[in-house]
Amino acid sequence: MLDLQGYGPRLIEGAGVTVQLAVLSLLLAIALGLLTATAKMSRSWLLHGIATAYTTLIRGVPDLVLMMLLFYGGQIGVNAISDILYYDFEIDLYINFNAFAAGVLTIGFIFGAYMGETFRGAFMAVDNGQVEAGRAYGMSNALVFRRIRFPQMMRHALPGLSNNWMVLLKTTALVSVIGLTDMVRVAAEASRATHEPFVFLIPVAVAYLLIASVSEWIFARLQKRYDIGFGEH
Amino acid sequence: MPDISAWFNDLLSGNLIFTPTTMGYYWTGLVTTTQLVFLSLVIGLVLAVPLAIMRSSRRKWISLPVYVYTYVFRGTPLLVQLYIIYYGVVFFDGIQQSFLWPIFREAFYPALIAFTLNTAAYTTEIFRGAIKSTPKGEIEAARAYGMSQSLMMRRIIIPSAFRRALPAYGNEVIFMLHASAIASVVTLMDLTGAARYVYSRFYTPFEPFLFVALIYLCLTFAILFFFRFLEKKLLAHLKPQTL
Repeated sequence: MLDLQGYGPRLIEGAGVTVQLAVLSLLLAIALGLLTATAKMSRSWLLHGIATAYTTLIRGVPDLVLMMLLFYGGQIGVNAISDILYYDFEIDLYINFNAFAAGVLTIGFIFGAYMGETFRGAFMAVDNGQVEAGRAYGMSNALVFRRIRFPQMMRHALPGLSNNWMVLLKTTALVSVIGLTDMVRVAAEASRATHEPFVFLIPVAVAYLLIASVSEWIFARLQKRYDIGFGEH
Repeated sequence: MPDISAWFNDLLSGNLIFTPTTMGYYWTGLVTTTQLVFLSLVIGLVLAVPLAIMRSSRRKWISLPVYVYTYVFRGTPLLVQLYIIYYGVVFFDGIQQSFLWPIFREAFYPALIAFTLNTAAYTTEIFRGAIKSTPKGEIEAARAYGMSQSLMMRRIIIPSAFRRALPAYGNEVIFMLHASAIASVVTLMDLTGAARYVYSRFYTPFEPFLFVALIYLCLTFAILFFFRFLEKKLLAHLKPQTL
């Protein structure tokens, strides 16, 4: 039997952190991705320019560098804000820039750029006649989005979405570097302390494969759900 | 514009962070990053071609091991792979006594091995996709010429698969450049490592990290344009013809 030398509970806790981080940043990335896709398709050149700059810059810089910039820079930024609050408004407030929040924000921010590209392609694949039909029924823009564009767009977006999710899941390992105790950090600490890297790191690798297989299954079911009415694929 | 140049001089002379010394760190970092990425890509490419051919074999006992390899290496984070190799290399019996030890004691080689195995796995899948999508007509034509399996592989399937794989491979190269930032975690002084060092010396996150982000951005664009140029040259016959 695998002897985890008392690190078992911490590893499981770390796995929980990994999953929470991945799911929360996925939600943020989807929200940002939808915004970016909308901005990229808008007629306003300003919105289009901002969205293009965002997706180009983010996709050109390593995740780890962005993460460190936000995490180390974020603390200094937060300190500056609390300084201003203290000296100008006499509000004594200490905000600790939390590693978990920094992780969610950075990963969500990075993958928002990738999601934006995925969603843009998917929105463009929805037949315009569908949207026009919705308008003809007197639906508001929000209702057209919720009932017509979104459900049909998801069918095209799901393959890209699942791809992005797999990459995002693996990117969460990087938060261990900026001091968040996810399962990779626990395993690395345990390897250093006990000099038995395989005992701790291989279960972590297996856990990633497990999460990936479970999410593959979920995405297959979702795809089936959104493919309704389009025949078998 | 005397005041602007005075301002600029003032900025540089009073600058503690962008000094010749820190520039030296960034330069070392750039060299390390380039070496790591270039070597792992070249070795990974050399490994990936036979692996992709094995992966697309119809015989299960040939394709299955390669599938397991690519599944494991694509399904787990590179950081975990790097840790396993970096901390695990000492456990190979007798490596500390062998002539290889001076090489493996440095963080560079474990990192190179991890990156190579990782990129080889992704590249194998890219090539497999390209081999699988070879037009049937090309294979039939080769058969009609009486080409043997290996000759057909060498003359028809591989060259055309290479071309089709080019755009996806370009993405993989950029991905590898970005993934190489992880090397700084195992004490390697790559570009990110240099930025972390300067950050820890001066406690100024913005200058070093924004500076290396800019360098990475330039490298990314250089790779992007290089692959666009290659695609233009190698895929010219696939462009819509204008008469």
